[in-house]
Amino acid sequence: MGHLTANPVVDTTGDRTMVLNMGPQHPSTHGVLRLLLEIDGEIIVRMVPDIGFLHTGIEKTCEAKFYQQVVPLTDRIDYLCPMVNNLCYVLAVEKLLGMEIPPRAVWMRVLLTELQRISSHLVWLGTHAMDIGAMSVFLYCFREREDLLRIYEMVSGQRMMTSYFRIGGLAMEPPIGFFAAVKKFVDVFPERVDEYENLLTGNRIFIDRLKNVAKISKEDALALGVTGPSLRASGVDWDLRRDMPYCGYENFKFKVPTATDGDVWARYICRVQELRESQKICRQALEGMPSGSIKAEAPKVVLPDREKMKTQMEALIYHFKIVTEGFTVPAGEVYQAIESPRGEMGYYVVSDGTAKPMRVHMRSPSYANLQALSKMCEGALIADAVAAIGSIDIVLGEIDR
Amino acid sequence: MPFAPAITDLDQLKDRAVVASLLGWNSAAIAGAKLDRDELSIYIVRESIRDAITHLKEQKVTDFLSDVTCADFYPREPRFEVAYHLLSISRKERVRLKVKLSGEDPVIESVTPVWPSANFFEREIFDLFGIRFLGHPYLRRIMMPEDWEGHPLRKDYPVEGFR
Repeated sequence: MGHLTANPVVDTTGDRTMVLNMGPQHPSTHGVLRLLLEIDGEIIVRMVPDIGFLHTGIEKTCEAKFYQQVVPLTDRIDYLCPMVNNLCYVLAVEKLLGMEIPPRAVWMRVLLTELQRISSHLVWLGTHAMDIGAMSVFLYCFREREDLLRIYEMVSGQRMMTSYFRIGGLAMEPPIGFFAAVKKFVDVFPERVDEYENLLTGNRIFIDRLKNVAKISKEDALALGVTGPSLRASGVDWDLRRDMPYCGYENFKFKVPTATDGDVWARYICRVQELRESQKICRQALEGMPSGSIKAEAPKVVLPDREKMKTQMEALIYHFKIVTEGFTVPAGEVYQAIESPRGEMGYYVVSDGTAKPMRVHMRSPSYANLQALSKMCEGALIADAVAAIGSIDIVLGEIDR
Repeated sequence: MPFAPAITDLDQLKDRAVVASLLGWNSAAIAGAKLDRDELSIYIVRESIRDAITHLKEQKVTDFLSDVTCADFYPREPRFEVAYHLLSISRKERVRLKVKLSGEDPVIESVTPVWPSANFFEREIFDLFGIRFLGHPYLRRIMMPEDWEGHPLRKDYPVEGFR
């Protein structure tokens, strides 16, 4: 019960300061984050994050599963964008296998991960605005998120834990009406972003709460391992989708929004602009969607179609072999990084040539971004700490894994 | 499977900026290199890892530390391989520095004084693998409870835990 010892961390010998415990049950910590604040009046002198309350040992569990059985585990890491995690894992294993993926599967992956980026940013926007005190934005954001969850349900049968990507392609062909539903959403979405911006971007109270709060410089952000919109808001023009393209992102045209101030406001602006850019990528993916297969031609790795199993002996044998013994992956190690809504999501997969991964490590963006929180909050007011937590957009499932 | 075999010859890799920079600095620090699936790994001797990472940072060869992690190759000795994933934003290139550690003496110098971002990652490795980082400012368990016994990500730790 070490987590519960009264004060393992902060020294209280000074007479001016006191220690305030914030979390792990606190509405604005977005999960089970515990912060120890050393405060001087209302000013934070030092902040120490205490994490691990949600640790489930996913990395250890992965080592006991076949490669294809790890996909559903990756959903649980970052539950706001499960398909981004699926994508990172399957890309890493495909790199280990040296596998080529058919273009339709690649474009579907881009389309779905961008939709996930939108839905993840919507949750961030709604909850962040609510922390600041703008209640109604939350309702608008969750209205659109509901549409997106319906789209995921259409394609995978699940609203949150989708597990839709497979090593070698996708689980199944998207159903009839899927593209129409996505198109309907993509058509209407820019107006909806205007709606959020009408509520927030010009809002005097919102601006006053966000501007010049929880600043972090470019140098500090890089040194502390900050990635994603939080890094771009500090003036580093770096986006893995554009700079180190993976999964066919080189075929898409989009802007990478940046800002220079490095405060909560800059991070807000960057993310809202990203909503618009993701919508553009979705539109391009819809318009250019290739036809063809959604699975690679690799019978030893990819499960056969149901129809084939009823007529072909080989398909039945491969199905049986994959399900009962898995498939072997050549020995080696791979670090695959992708741009998740929160930053650089990296999967380090080590194979020893058997059917189970020897090591799966997730470099989760929230984990590294959280390290910057203490720096951001030094000298800030307690109320500003709430704004800062919201602005780095952490997901505790991904931090604790 | 369409990938080229791994290149493990240091001479063939010395055109790479990171390899060239490290060779020019201290060739004794390099214990080997590998280019596999387009990913460059450089093995560094244990004593030099912090200096190597400091050198790469000061020479601006790499400007971001993405990740620090570890893998346990039990029962092989040296069983641990600590991996540092460095990134060069200007050259858009990644490199992995690796250090092998034995099971008897799993101690390594911390790189947190060089890259503050290593702080949580090293604590995680300490917690889950039991590797100690010398010079780390705050080396405590981060995921598991303070009074937990054992290091869960070691291969000799059962998946179900000790019952």
